[in-house]
Amino acid sequence: MFGDYSIGDLGAIFAMQGFAGLILFSVYLLMALGLAIIFGQMGVINMAHGEFMILGAYVTYLCSTFFQSYLPSLFPISFFVAMGLAFLASGAMGMLVEWGLIRFLYKRPLDTLLATWGLSLILQQAYRSIFGAREVGVELPAWLIGSVQVTDTIEVPINGLFVMAVTILITCAVALLIFRSRFGQQVRAVMANRAMAGAVGIDTEKVDRYTFGLGCGIAGVAGSAFTMIGSTGPTSGQLYIVDTFLIVVFGGAASLVGTIASAFSISQTQSTLEFFLSGSMAKVLTLLAVVGILMLRPQGLFTLKVRR
Amino acid sequence: MTNPVQALTKSVTVNDNPFMKPVEWLSLLVLAALILVVLPLLLDGFRLNLVGKYLTYAFVALGLVICWGYAGILSLGQGVFFGLGGYCMAMYLKLEASSVENTKIQSTPGIPDFMDWNQLTALPWFWQPFKSLPLTLILVIAVPVLFAFVISFAMFKRRVGGTYFAIITQAIAAILTILIVGQQGYTGGINGITDLRTLHGWDIRTDAAKFVLYFINGGLLIACILAAQYVKKSKLGRILVAMRDKEDRVRFSGYSVAGFKVFAFCLAAGFAAIGGAMFTLQVGFMSPSFVGIVPSIEMVIYTAVGGRLSLFGAVWGTLLVNWAKTSFSESFPDLWLFGLGALFIAVVLAFPNGLAGLWRERIEPRLTRRVKALRAPPPAILPPHGTPPHGAPAE
Amino acid sequence: MNAAILPSPAIGADSAAPDFLLAVEALTVSFDGFKAVNDVSFYVDPDEIRVIIGPNGAGKTTVLDLICGRTRASGGSIRYKGQELTRLSESAIVQAGVGRKFQTPSIYDDLTVFENLEISFPRGRSVLGALTFKRDAVVRDRIHEIAETIFLKDQLRERAEFLSHGQKQWLEIGMLLIQDPELLMLDEPVAGMSVAERVKTAELLNQIIKGRSVLVIEHDMKFVEDIAHRVTVLHQGKVLSEGSMERVKNDPKVIEVYLGH
Repeated sequence: MFGDYSIGDLGAIFAMQGFAGLILFSVYLLMALGLAIIFGQMGVINMAHGEFMILGAYVTYLCSTFFQSYLPSLFPISFFVAMGLAFLASGAMGMLVEWGLIRFLYKRPLDTLLATWGLSLILQQAYRSIFGAREVGVELPAWLIGSVQVTDTIEVPINGLFVMAVTILITCAVALLIFRSRFGQQVRAVMANRAMAGAVGIDTEKVDRYTFGLGCGIAGVAGSAFTMIGSTGPTSGQLYIVDTFLIVVFGGAASLVGTIASAFSISQTQSTLEFFLSGSMAKVLTLLAVVGILMLRPQGLFTLKVRR
Repeated sequence: MTNPVQALTKSVTVNDNPFMKPVEWLSLLVLAALILVVLPLLLDGFRLNLVGKYLTYAFVALGLVICWGYAGILSLGQGVFFGLGGYCMAMYLKLEASSVENTKIQSTPGIPDFMDWNQLTALPWFWQPFKSLPLTLILVIAVPVLFAFVISFAMFKRRVGGTYFAIITQAIAAILTILIVGQQGYTGGINGITDLRTLHGWDIRTDAAKFVLYFINGGLLIACILAAQYVKKSKLGRILVAMRDKEDRVRFSGYSVAGFKVFAFCLAAGFAAIGGAMFTLQVGFMSPSFVGIVPSIEMVIYTAVGGRLSLFGAVWGTLLVNWAKTSFSESFPDLWLFGLGALFIAVVLAFPNGLAGLWRERIEPRLTRRVKALRAPPPAILPPHGTPPHGAPAE
Repeated sequence: MNAAILPSPAIGADSAAPDFLLAVEALTVSFDGFKAVNDVSFYVDPDEIRVIIGPNGAGKTTVLDLICGRTRASGGSIRYKGQELTRLSESAIVQAGVGRKFQTPSIYDDLTVFENLEISFPRGRSVLGALTFKRDAVVRDRIHEIAETIFLKDQLRERAEFLSHGQKQWLEIGMLLIQDPELLMLDEPVAGMSVAERVKTAELLNQIIKGRSVLVIEHDMKFVEDIAHRVTVLHQGKVLSEGSMERVKNDPKVIEVYLGH
C-alpha cells in the first residue's frame, strides 16, 4: 500500500495524520475531562454528559448568531464570550440536575446510569423541539479560517490549532483547580472520606453540587470548542458517550494523567489505523483493543494500589 | 442429640420451598391466558404480529431479571445477544431465499443479494454453517452464549463488576453495531438482512405462518419463564441474591463467585438469543438497529418498569412500554422521547421495583386483607406478615 | 494423623513438623511500602485454641485476611495440612476446611435465617450443584440443629436484616459451624455485644470450638483467659511474644506495649 507514494509524500502523510490525531486527541480529552471529574471523583455515571456538551455547542451557535446580527464588529471575539457562556449554562444545568436527581442516587450507581439516560432522552428531544432536527453549524470568524503552511506539503488548519490550544488551557486550569485550589482540596477530601470531610466542617453536599456542575461546565466548553470543527445536531452528544467513557475508564478513573494518556493513545491509534483501513474498521479495532486491554487490566492504565 | 427439636420443627417446614406459590401459578395462568387466548381472539393479524414482536423483547427482559435483578449485573449490551440470535436465524433464512434459482440475475448466483452488490464472489466461511437448519438452531443459542461466556469470564475472573461491566458491555454493543454497518458485504450493512422468505420451505410471510409463529413464540416465552423460575427457586437463585449484597461473604462460604455470575450472564444471553431468533422469524428481517446502545438500554427499561425482581413483571413491563411507545409515537411522536425519558427517571427515583413492586406493596396487601376479611368474619385480625419488605428477593 | 499423606517437605528439616494444622512462616505483606505484616511465623496444632492479641493496627485482622485469601501475601508461606494456601482462591481455601468470621456481622440481609444457613451448607458449591441442590431432610435437620445451637430456632423464617446485632453475630457463627471447618477463624466475636449476649456467646463458642482448631482475635482479656490454649501477641506487624496467657502476661515487652497502659 506504500508503493504509490514517495518517501517525502509518506512523511507528509504521517505528519498530517499525526496532526489529525492530535486534533482528535484534543476532542477526546475535552470530552473526557468533565467526565473524569464526575465519574472519577464522584463515581457517578452521567449518561447525559454528551447532552451537556451539545448544550454548550448550541449556546455557542446562539451567541455567534447574535454577534453576527447585532455586534458584527465584535464577531471575531465572540467565541471567547460563547465559551464562557457555554461553561455557565452547562454548569448551571449540571448543578440543577445534581440537586433534582443525582443527589438521591449516590448509593446506587447503576440507577444513576438509567436516570441520566432518561435525562439525555429528554434533553435530546428538547433540543430537537427548540433547534430543529437538522444539524446547525457555526460560522467561523475570518481569523480561524485557513491553514498554516509548515512545509510545501504539510499544512495545518488554524481552527484545529485553536482547539488544541483551548484543550491545553482547560486541562491546565482543571489540574490547578483540583490540585492547587482550596476547592480542589475539599473535593479530594470528600472523595477520600465523606464522613470525615463532613466532620471537619466541609459542606459535602455543596462540594458535590459544585463538582458535578464543574464537570458539566467543562463539557459545555468542550461542546463550544467542537463547533469550530464540526456541526451540531440534537443527537450528536450520544455519538461520543461510549468513546468518552472508555477513555476515562481506560485511563484509570480518578487519574488526570491517566485520562490524558488514554485520550492520547486512543486518538493516535485510531487516526493511524484510519490511514490503513476504512474509518469504521479503524474505530472497531481501536475500541476492541481498549476493551480487550480493560478485560485484562480492569484498573486501567494508572491506578494506585489501595488496600481493600 | 436434638431429636425432640427436630421432631417438633419438621412438621412446620414441610414443603417450605415450592416451585411456585399459588399466587405465582395464578400470575402465570393470567399471563398465559392473555398471550395465548385473549390477544389472539381480540387482535387482527397485524396487531397480533406486533404483540409477537414485543414479546420477543420480553425474552431479553426475563434474562435481565435474573442477570440484573437477582445477580446485580447490569448489562447494557443485551442487544448484542438479541442481535446475534436474530442474525444467526436471518443468515439461514437468507441463504434459503438466495437459491441459485432465485438469484440467477446476479453476477454470482446462489449468494445473498447484498454480497453480490458488494462484489463478493463466494460465500464467506462463517456463512457456511447456516446452510443447515439443525446447525442453525444450535448456533442461534450457542453463538451468543459463547460470546457472553468469553466477555463475562474474562471480566468476572478479574472481579470487574458494577458500572465498569455496564460500560464495557455498552462499548461492545457499539463496536458490534459499527462492525455490522461497516462490513456491508458480509452482513448486509445498515439495512440488515432483509427479504427473508421461507423456513425450510415453509413460507413465513403468510398470515397463517405468522399466526403459528406467534404461538410458538408465546410457548417459548412461557417455557423460558418456567426455566427462569426454576433458576430463581434453586439454591443458585439464592446465591445470586446473596452475591448481589455481599459478594465477599459468598466467597468465604466456599463458592467461586465468578462462575455464578458467568452463568447468570450467559443465561440472560441465551434468553435474548431466543428472542432475537423469534424476532427475525416473525418480523422477517434483522438489522443493526436492534443491536446497538439504544435498543440495549431500552430493553433494560422494560425490565425496570416491570420490576427488576419479577419475572412476570418483566413481561408486563415489556408489553406496556411497547404498547405505550406504539400508541404515543403514532399520535404524538415528539412527546414519546419526553415520556420515555421521564419514565426512566420516575422508575429509578420513585419505583425502583417497578410495577411488580407497586403491586406487591400497594395492591396485594389490600387484596389479602379483603380475602381474609371475607373468609374470617369480624373481628378479623390483620395478616401477621402482609407485605414483604421493600426489595424482597423472591415473591 | 496427616503425616502419611503429606508431601515430603523440601524446605528444611526443622520447618515441616507435619503435625501442625497451620504453619505460617515468614509471612509478609506490604501496602504501598507499608509493611502491615512483617515476617510473622506461628504454628497452630490440631484442636488448639489460639488467640491473637495486640494493639490496634498491629496487623491481626490482616493476618486472618492473608490466611483466608482475602489479601495476597507479598512473601512467606501459609501451609494448612501441608497445603500451600497463598496461591489458592478464597473459595478453594474454604473448601479445604478454613472458615472465617468477620469483625462486623457479615450475613445476607435479604435472605431468611434458614436460607443464610442453607447457603453455607457444604454441598452443591458448583454452578451445576447449586442448580440441582435439593433441600432434603439432611439439610433441614442440620439447619435446625445449628439454629438450636445459635439460639435462633424461632427466627428461622425471619429475614436476617431484622435480627439484632448479637443475633447477627450468632447467625454468622452458625454459618461457619454448618461448614464444619477444621480451622475456625473468629475476628472479635464478642465485640459490640451486650453483657448478656456476651455471656451467651462465650458459652456458644466454648461449645463449638471442641474438636477443631480455632484462631481468635479478641480484646476482652477475661474472655481470652477463659479460652486460650496459647496466645500470640502482635505488635506493629511482628510477633512480639507467644506462649501461655500466664507467660505472655508477664512478658515485660508485652506489658510495655499493650497491657501496661
